[in-house]
Amino acid sequence: MSDERDREEREPGPPLIGAEGGPVAAQTPAARLAAYVRGGGVIVPVITATLAFLLGGLVVLLTGNDPIATYEAIFKGTGLQWLFPWVTGEDRTTAALNLQQTLILTTPLILVGLAVAFAFRAGLFNIGGQGQYIAGTIMAVWVGSSFSGMPGFLHIVLAMVAACLAGAAWAGIAGLLKATVGANEVITTIMLNYIALWIGVYLFSLGGPLQNDRDPNLPVSNDIVETAQLPVWWGDPVLQGLHIGLFIALAAVVVFWLLLNRSTIGYEVRAVGLNPDAARYGGMSVGKNYVLVMAVCGAFAGLAGSLDILGWQFRLATNDIQTSQIGFLGIAVALLGRNTASGTVAAALLFGALVSGTSQRNLDPSIFEPELASNLTLIIQGLVVLVVSADVLVLGFVRRARWLLRGRRRAVKGAAP
Amino acid sequence: MSAEAPALELRGITKRFGPVVANDGIDFDLRPGEVHALLGENGAGKSTLMSILYGLYHPDEGEIRVDDQPVKVDSPSRAIELGIGMVHQHFMLVPVMTVTENIVLGGEPRRRGGLLDVREGARRVRELSERYGLAVDPDAAIEDVTVGAQQRVEILKTLYRDARILVLDEPTAVLTAQEANELFEVLGALKRDGVAIVFITHKLGEVLEIADRITVLRRGKKVDTVPAEGATEQSLARLMVGRDVLLRVEKPERAPGEPVLEVEDLHVRDDRGLEAVRGVSLTVRGGEIVALAGVDGNGQHELVEAIAGLRDAEPGGHIRIAGKEVCGRGVRATTDAGVAHIAEDRQLRGLVLDFTLAENLALREYRSPPLSRHGWLNIGRMNSRARSLLHEYDVRGGSAGTLAGSLSGGNQQKVCIAREIASNPQLLIAHQPTRGLDVGAIEFVHRRLVAERDAGRGILLMSLESEEVRSLADRILVIYEGQIVGEFPPDASEEELGVAMTGGGAGRSVA
Repeated sequence: MSDERDREEREPGPPLIGAEGGPVAAQTPAARLAAYVRGGGVIVPVITATLAFLLGGLVVLLTGNDPIATYEAIFKGTGLQWLFPWVTGEDRTTAALNLQQTLILTTPLILVGLAVAFAFRAGLFNIGGQGQYIAGTIMAVWVGSSFSGMPGFLHIVLAMVAACLAGAAWAGIAGLLKATVGANEVITTIMLNYIALWIGVYLFSLGGPLQNDRDPNLPVSNDIVETAQLPVWWGDPVLQGLHIGLFIALAAVVVFWLLLNRSTIGYEVRAVGLNPDAARYGGMSVGKNYVLVMAVCGAFAGLAGSLDILGWQFRLATNDIQTSQIGFLGIAVALLGRNTASGTVAAALLFGALVSGTSQRNLDPSIFEPELASNLTLIIQGLVVLVVSADVLVLGFVRRARWLLRGRRRAVKGAAP
Repeated sequence: MSAEAPALELRGITKRFGPVVANDGIDFDLRPGEVHALLGENGAGKSTLMSILYGLYHPDEGEIRVDDQPVKVDSPSRAIELGIGMVHQHFMLVPVMTVTENIVLGGEPRRRGGLLDVREGARRVRELSERYGLAVDPDAAIEDVTVGAQQRVEILKTLYRDARILVLDEPTAVLTAQEANELFEVLGALKRDGVAIVFITHKLGEVLEIADRITVLRRGKKVDTVPAEGATEQSLARLMVGRDVLLRVEKPERAPGEPVLEVEDLHVRDDRGLEAVRGVSLTVRGGEIVALAGVDGNGQHELVEAIAGLRDAEPGGHIRIAGKEVCGRGVRATTDAGVAHIAEDRQLRGLVLDFTLAENLALREYRSPPLSRHGWLNIGRMNSRARSLLHEYDVRGGSAGTLAGSLSGGNQQKVCIAREIASNPQLLIAHQPTRGLDVGAIEFVHRRLVAERDAGRGILLMSLESEEVRSLADRILVIYEGQIVGEFPPDASEEELGVAMTGGGAGRSVA
């Protein structure tokens, strides 16, 4: 009866997750996540997002604004109404422009989301998406602005590969520290974020080694060579249309899925994430996997950086580096997307739309102060992280309530005769 | 005794988990001063029944009566109030705290100002331990005392809370024979004091030794309650499994071949850096089962890990698999050289519980064709191979896509064994291969091990069950304090082995 007993001891009281009486292995974060994904399906992230938006609406209400009007305005700003066939004429033109912006933001979010999700599948928390993203942008802007005269296609590929390698190396440091001295990757990746940030600021600030050659008063990089810019396939390149980076990000999603579910590397990654002892017993090197996983994560985040640089930024200023939040948004994306390939895409679109919809350009000041609107994004982002982390609890409460209810019914039945 | 009112009575307890009926109208009663054994296969519903008694689950139907009063046990704290104490198989102790601190935890004696009265606590612990012969040092840290002592602490914990009904969940599973005997003496003392004891187990021998009455469960139903007097292992096994069971292993004469494992002067350190294996040399030939017998904690754990490549040995020693040196080369090289290893703990190490059975069955061979090619898994091949192995090893309750964690313990063990044997090893290390299994599953595992021996594989068996060791092994090596202290033939008496395992006497040599 050993395994029945094991279950009961792991979960005294009503089982939190999984079928009642079902196993709840909770040794590693990844194992917990696996149990949790099985328990909640696709419904829970939808509830999570809704809950976050409702709480966000409450915040809007507290600031003395109308939440419904605000959300409506935000939705308009996302351009998603372009998908509705009945939107026509000038509205449609504006919507198209807005949707292009939304998708431009979605592109890197998908990739930084993957960077967090891949680590999570190996039982690691990669909080360093931001630093890895910065490493990628620095490398992309350097390669993209050098080597002028190179054939465009080759130049773009070179810049992207270099950015991937930079991100991979940066994240690999955290993996290596974890594998060799057991340093917690949460701490090291956070610290590496700061190091990347300030290295970037140093490189492009006044007198910095990579500061531009044109204007010594501007803390900004050289522009990337025109032929190294990603082609725009939707909208006007002058008006910042949608570049082909979105397809590269979607291709990365496919790579992520194949790597994780169809390759021996992914098999090892998942085994290490779910049960490191069994992985070691199966002949895998857990430490080597930690380094590899972090490097892959860094490559995803670095690629995100290169797409932003080559796709629409074309240069990097010190205050770009300092204000960027994209890597952190990636954590919320991965959490809401349940660290799955498709979930990450959906969550990235949601956050891309949110950031785009709350941008100052889009929001009518009479409905909500635009200066505050981007803070609303941050609030909703924070709420998502909070609710996602808590929705294991939410699930638990639901089960507990059901269980208590049954108990009461039983008691009533018992008292009746 | 029969005239006495029962201390505890369960009437018609039914518990369903979805479509599964774990307990089906079970009646059970317990008199003061008796040991009532609850016997059943894995998944028969023993633990569910006791979890209901302890307030962890709520019955769908039925009634619990304590001292002839109907009671509602809706939480473990309510159970403790009612004088019910439970000792789980996996102890619930804080390793860094002392014995006394662990015992008083949750019911600490306080001095004025809310400070913990350590001396009063220690005094009561000492008093209780003397009264029932539960020898423990109140001031020792839990992590420094033996498993047997930890169990005594668990029992003291319940007595400290005035338990009159004591539930022991497979208490001997973690104990050596000596420790089990000590436990039985303690239970005798408790009995004389009028404590009523429920003894959950699936070991037939000890049931006959300790129990007054025996209730047998099968598939959630009570089969019968019989007095221990007059019952035999055969009759109980038949009640449990519902058919006649072969308790003894039938095995033909061995025909040992070439050495498949040669260990020479091996020294291995444990997790704390102390030398746990101190100069072991041994040989296992193809076609023989060599058992390593010893009291838990005498270095067998570290020795097995070193041979399996999971733990580094000190320089100077040798481990050769079919003549090939693998010492210090790691798990992969060891596996490639032809070693399979049925791990001691299938849930912690042997399986990834959140992997499917197909994925788990690939754990040894996922890197090579046909399961993968150029780094890409062949999912179809993994599934078809899993299906044939699951069929061959009669794994029930799941298919290739089932998660390993949802199988019962016995079936999980079959999956582990299937995987290890399927890797076609020269040497099969079987570390506690029947731990936690019921008689039916044990029979299967034993037969399979003998079959593999007859197929020419060398088997290194590690078991804490002396019965298992003596019935399976062709040779028995006794390990004591990290050294092989003797070699015995399988017909050696339990006493002979016991003496050697505790460091006394010299081993008998097999011709």
